[in-house]
Amino acid sequence: MNVSPQTKVSSETLLSIRSAVKRFGNREILRGISLNVAAGEFLTILGESGSGKTTLLRLVAGFEHLDGGEIWMGEERIDQAPPYRRPVNTVFQSYALFPHLSVFENVAYGLRAQKAVNGEIPARVKQALEMVKMGEFIESAPSRLSGGQQQRVALARALVNRPRVLLLDEPLSALDANLRRQMQIELKSLQREVGITFIFVTHDQEEAMALSDRIALLRAGLLEQVGPPREIYGFPSTPYSAQFIGQTNLLSAEVQDGLARSGAIVWRTSEPPGKAIYSLRPECIRLVPASSAQAAPDGSIARFQGRIQNQTFGGAMDLLEIDCGNSQTLRARIPAPGPLEGEHVFEFAAADAIRLDERAGA
Amino acid sequence: MYSRAYKAAVTIPPVLWVTVFLLVPYALLFAYSFWSVSPAKEIIHTWSLHNYLDLFRNSMYPTVLFRSMRIAGAVTLLALLLGYPLAYYLSFHAATRKELLYQLAIIPLWASYLVRGYAWKTILGTDGVLNGFLQYLHITRHPVEFFLYSPFAVVLTLTHIYTPFTFLPIYASLEHVPRNLIEASHDLGASPAKTFLRVILPLSLPGVLAGATFAFVLSLGDFLAPLLVGGSSGIMISNIVVTLFGAAYDWPKGAAISLCMLVIVVAILFLTERIERKFSFR
Repeated sequence: MNVSPQTKVSSETLLSIRSAVKRFGNREILRGISLNVAAGEFLTILGESGSGKTTLLRLVAGFEHLDGGEIWMGEERIDQAPPYRRPVNTVFQSYALFPHLSVFENVAYGLRAQKAVNGEIPARVKQALEMVKMGEFIESAPSRLSGGQQQRVALARALVNRPRVLLLDEPLSALDANLRRQMQIELKSLQREVGITFIFVTHDQEEAMALSDRIALLRAGLLEQVGPPREIYGFPSTPYSAQFIGQTNLLSAEVQDGLARSGAIVWRTSEPPGKAIYSLRPECIRLVPASSAQAAPDGSIARFQGRIQNQTFGGAMDLLEIDCGNSQTLRARIPAPGPLEGEHVFEFAAADAIRLDERAGA
Repeated sequence: MYSRAYKAAVTIPPVLWVTVFLLVPYALLFAYSFWSVSPAKEIIHTWSLHNYLDLFRNSMYPTVLFRSMRIAGAVTLLALLLGYPLAYYLSFHAATRKELLYQLAIIPLWASYLVRGYAWKTILGTDGVLNGFLQYLHITRHPVEFFLYSPFAVVLTLTHIYTPFTFLPIYASLEHVPRNLIEASHDLGASPAKTFLRVILPLSLPGVLAGATFAFVLSLGDFLAPLLVGGSSGIMISNIVVTLFGAAYDWPKGAAISLCMLVIVVAILFLTERIERKFSFR
């Protein structure tokens, strides 16, 4: 077996996925994923359907076998081990509670399988169910529970085993919007409380931003960008991550002599000359009051003129579509501007235009 | 709503069918079982319980009944032991060969019962295939006679005939075991063996029960296999009924035995129905 080039692991890294490759037939689902997960981290694998996010999770759980690469848990290589010998537990999308066992027996299942001391099983099961506020349903049959309740039992069933890593495969996707938001908050506080590493798979970028310490954005079997939600939002590295996480304006610009030019819009940049794509978040665009529109702005501010094409009232923030000429339309999110019409002057800080890279091979 | 004519058209045929072919014959059987036969072979229409009492007084009837139950029990056990692994393999490991193997497993159902019975006769007989083979290998010097015309031969033949009846419901119930439950079990640290015992087997019990009921009830009432390969030591209860209704011309006693069998079978069906309800979870 080859020793991976990345054997130097920080003491913090708990789970290490190294150059993971997975094929189904001729299709390459994962095309070389390397990802380190720190102990106690809440990491979200975010991606569209078909991006390979569930496959990645199933590889860690042991339900699928790698076609290349390695998976390490601390000092131990686990990708050859069967699922029942891995120190991870999974919360399934469809809950997967055992229909022939009571809630108690469902939660006790892992403890019995691992031959926990018989005497301590009832106490641990009770504690786990109370942690997810399901203590009163201990003798119920799973079929009597609602979707949200089944989800809680599934969570307790996994957590009671004190796994080193908890894998969650779109666990909230079957719940309705309100329950889903509530479970997100509970899930996050639960994770802080138990201090277990969570790897959470979702296609919902808002959910990913709300929950995660870090997001790993997966696209067609490759990692697009990995980082804390604020970092990915503030400094997206590619057009894909800029568009997938939050809304954005993509500006194709020509850079020359320290200035970027996109149509009629010009701003200062320190990037090297040549063609480039920039991301500009809608909320970074401000409306310049007519009174101060004549004064020349500071060099770090870019100004442009545009015609209001569409205004959508959004409560605190209105969404504007601005026609800047040259068939260029920008979207801006402006706090309570009142009804707007015709030509207006807008501005943004040059530092808010983030240079993006087209990913190689994308 | 539906018209009267429509309601009549869908209701009358089944009611008629049940009446003519089920209720009337059973009523006749019931009546006959209390009558008796004169030495001149005439039916005497006097009501008495002596047919039923005879079943207990003459030790032949209980002996044959218990033998029938032993044979049916053995057939059930063997058919489950053969049918379950086959169904399990097909459901979990056959992959692309599933369709082909499924057809192969149920092909015996298309062959006539009689053909299969005679096939075992030629295999087990003194100049049959099995004896020829054993002598060829010099394992035996003379033909072994107990292969044929014995309870063993009956069990073997019935097992062959009724294994598809256990295989089919078990296969159906295994196909309905959600695969993510098996993954969940592995995920929680249960080995494949534990997963089988704690998840797959309990969830397939309705199929096992249905298969066992088929095998037991059908072989309990079988009379062709004992007739073909059973000999005198392999006689089963249905053979006695056939004789009583035929050569012996003792319809009342035959009716009494038939009704006893009916009670036993209905009791079994009732019991398995109750157990099955306990094991269905949805």
